[in-house]
Amino acid sequence: MLQDILVTGLVNGGVYALLAVGFSLIFGVARIVNIAHTAFYMLAAYCFYALQVKGGLGFVPAAAISVVAVTLLSVLCYRLVIEPVREHEAAVLIATIALALIFQELMLFSFGGHYLGIPSTLEGGIRVLGVSIPYQRLLILVVAAAMLAIVWFVLYRTRLGLAIRATANDLEVANLMGMNVQRIAMATVALSVALAAVAGVVVAPVFVVDPFMWLAPLVTMLAIVVLGGLGSMKGSLIGALVIGYVEAITVFALPAGAYLKGAVALAIMVAVLLVRPEGLFGVAFEEER
Amino acid sequence: MIRSAMLCAALALSSAALAQGTLKIAILGPMAFVQGENHWAGAEMARDEINKAGGISIGGKRMQIELIRGDTNEIQSVPDATNAIERVITRDKADFLIGGFRSEAVLAMQEVAMDYKKIFLGAGAAHSKLGLNVEQNYDRYKYWFRITPVKDVDLARTLFAVMNSIGQQIRAELKTDTPKVALLAEKAVWTEALVAAAQKNLPAMKMEVVGTWQPSATATDVTAELSAIDRSGAHIVFTMLSGPVGISVGRQMGERGMKAVAWGINVEGQKEEFWQAAAGKAQFVSTLDTYAEVEMTPKTIPFVRAFKARFKKAPTYNAATYDAIMILKSAIEEARTTEADKLVPVIEKIEHVGTAGTDTFDKRHDLVWAVGKTAGIAVQWQDGKKVPFWPPNIKGMQPFKMPAR
Repeated sequence: MLQDILVTGLVNGGVYALLAVGFSLIFGVARIVNIAHTAFYMLAAYCFYALQVKGGLGFVPAAAISVVAVTLLSVLCYRLVIEPVREHEAAVLIATIALALIFQELMLFSFGGHYLGIPSTLEGGIRVLGVSIPYQRLLILVVAAAMLAIVWFVLYRTRLGLAIRATANDLEVANLMGMNVQRIAMATVALSVALAAVAGVVVAPVFVVDPFMWLAPLVTMLAIVVLGGLGSMKGSLIGALVIGYVEAITVFALPAGAYLKGAVALAIMVAVLLVRPEGLFGVAFEEER
Repeated sequence: MIRSAMLCAALALSSAALAQGTLKIAILGPMAFVQGENHWAGAEMARDEINKAGGISIGGKRMQIELIRGDTNEIQSVPDATNAIERVITRDKADFLIGGFRSEAVLAMQEVAMDYKKIFLGAGAAHSKLGLNVEQNYDRYKYWFRITPVKDVDLARTLFAVMNSIGQQIRAELKTDTPKVALLAEKAVWTEALVAAAQKNLPAMKMEVVGTWQPSATATDVTAELSAIDRSGAHIVFTMLSGPVGISVGRQMGERGMKAVAWGINVEGQKEEFWQAAAGKAQFVSTLDTYAEVEMTPKTIPFVRAFKARFKKAPTYNAATYDAIMILKSAIEEARTTEADKLVPVIEKIEHVGTAGTDTFDKRHDLVWAVGKTAGIAVQWQDGKKVPFWPPNIKGMQPFKMPAR
């Protein structure tokens, strides 16, 4: 049973990490709680489905078009919906919830409530420690690692990354230093949603595509970023693995309570909030001011 | 008081519609989803067939059927369902109500229909309470009849009958006396009695229950559950799934190359789109079902073929709205009236050879369960096709297959 937990937790943690990192990035830098983050993930999955399954495009062009299209849409949404109310956190929260619901209803209208499947990019699988793992799930792990490396490179090895980090440290000072903070925020939104779109393209083939597919990962993702620390990329990665393992342990230790795995993840989130509000690797709220 | 005034107004207006020679039947279902699509499609077929033949004869006068589309959105919202049924009664002046899918929503809609004393023919919900209401308070609930499926307790009877058949095949093919069964049931009210029954009955059927796994109905990832089931050495995965988790189970069992075979209720597995949704991985997944090209009755095969020709896909059990309208037609023509109170005793005594089975009703206005009549059929996905395999004595059934070991 131990090897099952080790392998299953790692693979599922990789899936969660791919989603949580983008969400954490946009909060950490732009202080935008983008509830529509997983809705963009859902849009990318639908776009990929339409292009690959209905349109007959190959994996690479379908994935590239999906990621670019959803990223451009996010920039448009930022300019039209988020930017005008950005100073008001509650308004941003409500605006992004509204965006997510609009996307959901649009997909429901366009594709109906049908559950759609996307063929795996990689067929087959291997056995590790006696546990069967499809190649598609390994691909997710590889892509998650690559995305994290790319995000790290952008943040720490480019001028844009320097500007993003400066803005994250102190928005007002960055503004006074002549940085275009609005444009940097927009670039961050684009980078963050691009990560969600990549997740949609890579993760959707192992799940089911439907208009409500953004809700369950949203809850899990919130648990992860709170656990890891809002805005901390490292925290998101470790939080994703922790939640992945907690879920695996719940299912293996308590089979009849498998439905509780989400609740256990949320209970951990609440517990962490009570004991350490800033999360495992987050910046304490007092220090931010 | 307001409800009484509305009832009088609705009755007066629906009488006016009847005088104009049109019978208004509201089809209630989640129209953006497969269930509602099938509700509507089955009803359209019945309407067109009846209207083409001149309509329903009431004492020498012929009345055409007009369908009202009532989108209940009940998968997402129960209040939407009660609003929809209220609307079709009061605004659209429906004479009869047919449909419903989600038990919680149908229980709520049943109350509204009974308030207005409208005949409501259920075509989707299995919860026993719907029929129990009729038994406990006949005067109020007598206008309710369940056309499809059989009630949840009877669904269990079918499940165990098929399970016994699969168990015998496993004993013969795998040379094992006690097949191992893993219970995989979504956490929902409707599965509680089934899980308890399985835990009690399977050992009596000389089968070993290796464990019970209960994911959420909305789960999209069951790799941990399947990994544990794989490790348990189960021969059969007894599924009780109504949500999208059924697709995840089918797909991920295939991706993992599991040797166990899935049998049970998998509502998603009943749909024509299941194979595509599971990305072609759901080989040998089997489920309880209603329609296939087998001779359940002389009407089954012609109906299924006509449905496929018209809608380019096979019907699901919700398409038995066709049978509901035909039952209504028979009752109206026999009673020579559309008055609900006079139709109820006629429907209670009816024996209707429909497309989904041969229907008779008990004192709860539930279908009387019988293999080959109302118990339904079992189907298995084989190479992208839904193949019927039970009951074996029905013409058109094919062999049940197991994964290679």
